[in-house]
Amino acid sequence: MIALHLPASVQIALLGMFGLLLVATLVVGGLAHLRPERNYTELTLRVKTWWLIVGVFTAAIVVNHTVSVIILAFVSFLAFKEYLSLIPTRRTDHRVLLWAYIAIPFQYYWVAIGWYGLFIIFIPVYAFLFLPMRMVMIGETQGFLRAAGTLHWGLMTTVFSLSHMAYLLALPDAKNPAGGSVGLLLFLVFLTEINDVAQYIWGKSFGKHKVTPTVSPNKTMEGLLGGVLTTTALAVLLAPWLTPLTPWQSVAAGALIGIAGFVGDVTISAVKRDIGVKDSGSILPGHGGILDRLDSLTYTAPLFFHFIYFLHY
Amino acid sequence: MLRLLFFLIIIKPLAILVLGLNIRRHELLPASGPAIVVANHNSHLDTLVLMSLFPLRLIAKVHPVAAADYFLRNRWLSWFARNVIGIIPLERKPSAKGAQVLAPVTKALARGDILILFPEGSRGEPEKMSKFKNGIAHLLSEQTTVAVTPVFFYGLGKSLPKGELFLVPFFVDVFVGEPLAWNGARQAFMEALESSMQQLQYQAQIATRHAQEPPPQTQPNKE
Repeated sequence: MIALHLPASVQIALLGMFGLLLVATLVVGGLAHLRPERNYTELTLRVKTWWLIVGVFTAAIVVNHTVSVIILAFVSFLAFKEYLSLIPTRRTDHRVLLWAYIAIPFQYYWVAIGWYGLFIIFIPVYAFLFLPMRMVMIGETQGFLRAAGTLHWGLMTTVFSLSHMAYLLALPDAKNPAGGSVGLLLFLVFLTEINDVAQYIWGKSFGKHKVTPTVSPNKTMEGLLGGVLTTTALAVLLAPWLTPLTPWQSVAAGALIGIAGFVGDVTISAVKRDIGVKDSGSILPGHGGILDRLDSLTYTAPLFFHFIYFLHY
Repeated sequence: MLRLLFFLIIIKPLAILVLGLNIRRHELLPASGPAIVVANHNSHLDTLVLMSLFPLRLIAKVHPVAAADYFLRNRWLSWFARNVIGIIPLERKPSAKGAQVLAPVTKALARGDILILFPEGSRGEPEKMSKFKNGIAHLLSEQTTVAVTPVFFYGLGKSLPKGELFLVPFFVDVFVGEPLAWNGARQAFMEALESSMQQLQYQAQIATRHAQEPPPQTQPNKE
């Protein structure tokens, strides 16, 4: 088996993830069977797509570092493409958009070779300065600020932020004997996604007080708190197996992922509301677009990365 | 063989990985010929992406009808257009007589081919639909048993608009409409076709919210 080079705890966690998915599939299947009068198509579709997501994610981490970086770069590409397809772009910026796409392989190349210095400034500094210059060279000033601003926001969210997931894999294994670099990525992605699900379930079950009535009216204080507590509890439970975090640090990491995940979620909701669409796309049946699934990670990935980088690397 | 490889190795991966298609009602596309598919025309990609929607085993039977003066203007392009894309060249000059102009098209339909036509005539402004030419009604009035399936693309005009050399990836929305049968009169048929296409365009605008005019909430605040 190709996954044998991974730490034992990571292998068990991966199996656990598939086990969880199996349970979810059985529960939804059972519900649909027991209550034929209710419509479970959406839920069934969503669970089915989760299999795809977990499958791709597993493929992204089990083979080797290069494959991981390529798959994560492709995920960034899909997210950036979805973002550009969603927002209004200027016809004159055709070539500028191409340059923005070219930033993706560069950013992930810095990740692949572990060049931290360039990884951390390439998009915030060089892409930020270069793309508006290209726009100016073309010469269209109508809508310039909006075009430059939206393009950079998209690169920062879908490429810069998400590439922190990949950079976790470039961190030295030796500093994390329990889970290695893969353990960190698994910890971040699993907790972020489970936090989404937990906030949804807590909100559905006990939700009363709206947190962000104008941006995302379905989000409630009860859902947020329930989700953050669930995620924190899971973080404490999983941290010794996957991360070098001490118990108190894992409490902080869990709360950070819970809260940041929520903020990432509502930030993308605000974008969708601004544009006037319900879903960011349709690539993931039952979920919507890829940004609908990655929204929380756009916040949790850089924040968790810098949290752990500051404390342990 | 060349066409099959071209679509398998270049066009299918391009459509699926680089662009990304979201196809509504894919099953309405004809599964056998003779049949006609018409689409809005914004980009050279329209033809290739539309052809990629057909299964590979049908590719040999799918032929775009394209302007002879444009695609046969030099040797290399002509070779590529005929042998790799498999176009049926059509004279656009008004001097030629109707029936003669359509002869190669009629022959292809008789062979049981699936033809792709762009009734707008040329690619025009990106993401804007121009008035349909009625050549297709002339064709149908002679081929009354062939059905016409309308397809609307949104996004390809952004990916590779007229005059641009480089392709920029965008997700593409594809809307397939119900096949239209010949209804006995040229003008009535053109009206039915245009209205069907406008409905698909409207569905695309609802789905993507990229209406031609800006939505009301983006109006500047005059307080």
